[in-house]
Amino acid sequence: MIDRRNLIKGSSALVAAFSPLRALADTVTLPFDNGQRPLVKYPQKRPMIGLTARPPQLETPFSVFNEGAITPNDAFFVRYHLAGLPIDIDPDTFTVEVKGKVNKPLKLKLADLKRLPAVEIVAVNQCSGNSRGFFEPRVAGGQSGNGAMGNARWRGVPLKTVLDQAGVQAGAKQVTFGGMDGPVIDTTPDFVKALDLDHARDGEVMLAYQMNGADLPFLNGFPLRLVVPGYYGTYWVKHLNEITVIDTVFDNFWMKTAYRIPDNDCHCVEPGTAPKATVPINRFDVRSFITSVADGAKVKAGETTLKGIAFDGGSGIKEVAVSTDDGKSWKPAKLGQDLGKYSFREWQLPVTLAAGAHVLKVRATTNKGETQPEKASWNPAGYMRNVIETVHVTAS
Amino acid sequence: MNRFVLGGLLVASSIALALSVSAKPVDYQIPDDTTAFKAGPNLDVVQGNCGSCHSADYIQTQPRGAKFGKDFWQAEVTKMIKVYGAPIKEADVPKIVEYLSATY
Repeated sequence: MIDRRNLIKGSSALVAAFSPLRALADTVTLPFDNGQRPLVKYPQKRPMIGLTARPPQLETPFSVFNEGAITPNDAFFVRYHLAGLPIDIDPDTFTVEVKGKVNKPLKLKLADLKRLPAVEIVAVNQCSGNSRGFFEPRVAGGQSGNGAMGNARWRGVPLKTVLDQAGVQAGAKQVTFGGMDGPVIDTTPDFVKALDLDHARDGEVMLAYQMNGADLPFLNGFPLRLVVPGYYGTYWVKHLNEITVIDTVFDNFWMKTAYRIPDNDCHCVEPGTAPKATVPINRFDVRSFITSVADGAKVKAGETTLKGIAFDGGSGIKEVAVSTDDGKSWKPAKLGQDLGKYSFREWQLPVTLAAGAHVLKVRATTNKGETQPEKASWNPAGYMRNVIETVHVTAS
Repeated sequence: MNRFVLGGLLVASSIALALSVSAKPVDYQIPDDTTAFKAGPNLDVVQGNCGSCHSADYIQTQPRGAKFGKDFWQAEVTKMIKVYGAPIKEADVPKIVEYLSATY
């Protein structure tokens, strides 16, 4: 059974559908087994690392993260779960419903939302399975490198504003979020996510209609998406058109079975084993990357400035330390401009690299004192990788 | 031949998006699949069942090696049926598993 969202509109698609597979000029090879990927060109996007075509999953080429703390819209990663993408979004007639356990159900147009006081926040969005391809032992799922993350300035309306307008009823427990994208067949569970009511009303969770000063790109949720600062991308529902207040704990497939992590401090288990208890994935752990040199790069011997980024789930980055001797000694890097506690924080450090091979490492510490592990932790779904990253370079 | 069959599947999956923005209408079109299902036993069964909901690169990019043999693919097919509600006939399950373990 084909969902109406998948019906072809217009005759141009028929022509495209019968055209041969597109010739691919370029591929990239991510540094793990079976890591060859096509570089693909989608409307509104620069060439991106193509993980899957249908539904689309596009990864940001890692060099983009060296261009600045903000990830440009045309390079921002894309991840859908279900191939029923909406074909009929008209921003003039688009509405988002606020319903369920509220006193006054609302149907808000984009223009209604834009009349409400706007807020802006710079926040990282990261896929739960970012870097899954590096898990050892390997696990099933989308085999991403490190590019399923991005940092943008989001503009929109606090979710709290519209929930207050609708009047949440006593006894409400959670709020669920549904988008216009959906399954291809009606037996597949639709993608709907939930947040606890207190979280939904924290004033930071946002209905965003702009990123980086422009309309959301279609593949990033045009015309409206949920922004959940500090939380993994699974909650950032795209093409958001249904907000439902409920008085139970939502238990659909996407909350109860998928996107669960081991219920312990490291959110990890012995490789190859199953966790005893799990909880829904939630805040990012702390990560940092060197962006100015790639693993395996050849660099000029002598003085060079290493650059990179760090981020966490919202306490903010306190310190970034860099090692040029495989972790034996560490030097604090200079942190860049603070764009907010949910943003990428740039860092840089001048170092001297003598001729020969060097093992570079970077480690971030948060304001809460959390840091990154030396050895990668493991969980069966391949979520939340945050090992200290290592880059091998040869200077000559 | 393979390309033709895949192209046929794409009729159901290609999406032309006519985004009507009042000032300037945007016509968003999702590019076609870039990866074909590899040649292998029961290819037609696989294309019909798996390919109706997702592209072949979902399979192509999974990890390889001894741990990702028949049991792994059996579990994946079971997941597609039980979790994602794929309407796969019982008789087709071993054919799909045979194809996946022999081909990827």
